Amino acid sequence: MITVQHTRNTLKSKGKLNMRADLFRGALVHLAARNPDTDAEAVARWERDSEFHRLAHNDPAYPILAKTAKQWLEEESPNGFRFAIRTLADDRLIGTIGLWVSSWTNGEAWAGISIGERDYWGNGYGTDAMKIILRYGFTELNLYRVSLDALASNARAVRAYEKAGFVVEGYTRGAAKYDGQHGDEIYMGILREEWAKTTA
Amino acid sequence: MNNDLFTGQLVRLAAINPEADAAWFARWDRDTEYIRLLDGAPFRLIPVKKVKEEIEKEIEENAANACLFVVRTLADDRLIGFVELEGIRWPHGDTFVGIGLGDRDYWGKGYGTDAMKIVLRYAFTELNLQRVSLDVFGYNERALRSYQKAGFVIEGRQRQLLLRNGQRFDCIYMGVLRNEWLAMNNFQ
Amino acid sequence: MNEQLFEGEHIYLTAIDPDKDAEIEAKWTHDPEYLRLLSADPVRPLSPGQVKKKYEDMDKDAEKYRNTFNFAIRARADDRFIGFIRLFDIYWTHGGGKVQLGIGDPNDRQRGYGREALRLILRYAFDEVNLYRVSAMTFEYNTAAIRFLAQAGFTIEVRRRQAINRDGRRWDVILMGLLREEWKRDEGAP
Repeated sequence: MITVQHTRNTLKSKGKLNMRADLFRGALVHLAARNPDTDAEAVARWERDSEFHRLAHNDPAYPILAKTAKQWLEEESPNGFRFAIRTLADDRLIGTIGLWVSSWTNGEAWAGISIGERDYWGNGYGTDAMKIILRYGFTELNLYRVSLDALASNARAVRAYEKAGFVVEGYTRGAAKYDGQHGDEIYMGILREEWAKTTA
Repeated sequence: MNNDLFTGQLVRLAAINPEADAAWFARWDRDTEYIRLLDGAPFRLIPVKKVKEEIEKEIEENAANACLFVVRTLADDRLIGFVELEGIRWPHGDTFVGIGLGDRDYWGKGYGTDAMKIVLRYAFTELNLQRVSLDVFGYNERALRSYQKAGFVIEGRQRQLLLRNGQRFDCIYMGVLRNEWLAMNNFQ
Repeated sequence: MNEQLFEGEHIYLTAIDPDKDAEIEAKWTHDPEYLRLLSADPVRPLSPGQVKKKYEDMDKDAEKYRNTFNFAIRARADDRFIGFIRLFDIYWTHGGGKVQLGIGDPNDRQRGYGREALRLILRYAFDEVNLYRVSAMTFEYNTAAIRFLAQAGFTIEVRRRQAINRDGRRWDVILMGLLREEWKRDEGAP
C-alpha cells in the first residue's frame, strides 16, 4: 500500500520546483499507480456488480476472476495514462481513471472513470478525480481538449462531468440498449481555455 | 491550406521502401566520410540484407515517435538520402531531426537545405510541434551552414565530445522554435 | 590508487536490489516533484511490480549494450535505499558518458548525500572507466541540480530553448559538461 504524505500544500501552492507539487492530489482523493498484485480482488468484485458494469462498459456484463482483473491492471499502452483512485482519508482504492491520447498532433485525449465502491457514488469523489486528471492532461500532457462519452441516462455521471468543466457536445441516439430499451450516448468535451477558467 | 506538403524546390520527401532502398543505404554506409559526418558510433560494415532488416525493425519500434522519409530529386526521382524526425516528445512538442545525403553528387548544392525545409514545414504544420532540434558534429561545416539557412539557431556546444583521427571536436546543438519558423515563412 | 570506489563517508554505492528496492522507489514515483526533476516523460506513478520490471529491463540492457553502470545509493547509518546514481550512454570510442542521480525522499536531500555520490561516480568515470568527459542533463526549473553540478565543476554548455512544457509554461533543457582536466579529483574528499 502506498501511504500518502499529507503536507501543508494547498491546491494552489507551489513546490520547490516553482510548479505545483500536488499534481496527483485533489480534495478527496489522490491518483496512484494501479497495483495488479493488491488491486485485483477489488476490481473483480466491482465487475460482479452489474449496475456498475452497465455504467462503466459497453459490452455485456460478465463476472471476472481476480486473475483476469490482474491482467487488466497489468495492461499498459504508451498513449494510455491510467491511475488508481484512492481516498485521501484512508488511502482506500475506490476506482480507476485514465486518459487515452487519441491524437498527439491534435492534442486530444479521451477520459474514462469508474468508481467501483458504491459508498462513494454521488459524493464528489468522481468529480474530484476527474479534476485531477484534467489538470494532468492540460499541464503534463499539454493537451488541447479532453473528450468523453457516457450513457445519457447516467445522470449522476453527467452532473459530475459538468462540475468538472465538461460541456455537452451531442448525443448518438439509440446507441445503447438495456432491459429492452434504447437509450442515447452523450458526448462531452472540455477545451484547454475552458479548463483554465475553472482553475482561475 | 497548402497541400504540397512533401515537395520542395529540388527534392521531395517520400516513403522508404526497405526492399528497394536498402541497397542504396548499404552503399552509402560504405562511405567513410558520409558515415563520419552522420554518426558518432564506430564505423561498421553490415550486409545489405541486414540493412533491410534494421530499417524495418527501426520503423516498427519507433513508429510512435519517429517519421522516416527518403529524399528523391524532383528532376529524375533519384534516391539521394533520408531525413527523419525521431525522438518526438509529443507532450512537449519537441523533436530531433536527422538528415543524410548519401549521394555525394548532391552535396553542397542546396538539396539538403531543401529537404530540411520540407521536413520543418511538416513538423510545424502537420505534426503541430513547437520546436525542432538537432545535433551536428563540429567538423561538419557544410551541414552547419545548411541548417542555419533552414532557420536553426546554435544553442550550445558539448565541448570535445568527439574523438576522430586523434583530434577532439565539439558536438553542436541547434534548434528552431515554432514562432521563429512561422515568422521566417510569413505565416500570420 | 587503492581508495575505495564505492564507499563514501555517509553513503555507499551498491547494485540495485530488484526485490527490496522496488517498493521504496515505487513510493518515490508517487511524488510528482521527484519525477519531474528527473525526466521529461509525462510523470507516472509506478507500482512495485512495474519498478521491479524496470530494474530487470535495466539489467538486461546493461548486459546487452555494455554502456551503463547503475548503482543504488544507501545510507551507511541504516543501510536504507535512498536514491540511485548511474553512468550511462557511454560512447567508448569518444570517451564520453552521462551521469544522473536522484534522491527519493526530499528529507534526504540537501544533506550532502548527493555530493558524496557524485564524487564517487565521477571518480568511477574518470579513474576506472577512463572517460574523457562526462555530461549531465537537467531542466531550467531544477535550479538545485544546476547549482549542485556547477559546484562539482560542470559548466552549462547547451540550452535547448523551451524544450519542456510543464505546468503551463515552457522551460529550457540544460546540458552540462565536465572534462577530465576540469575534474577536481580531491573535491569533497574525507
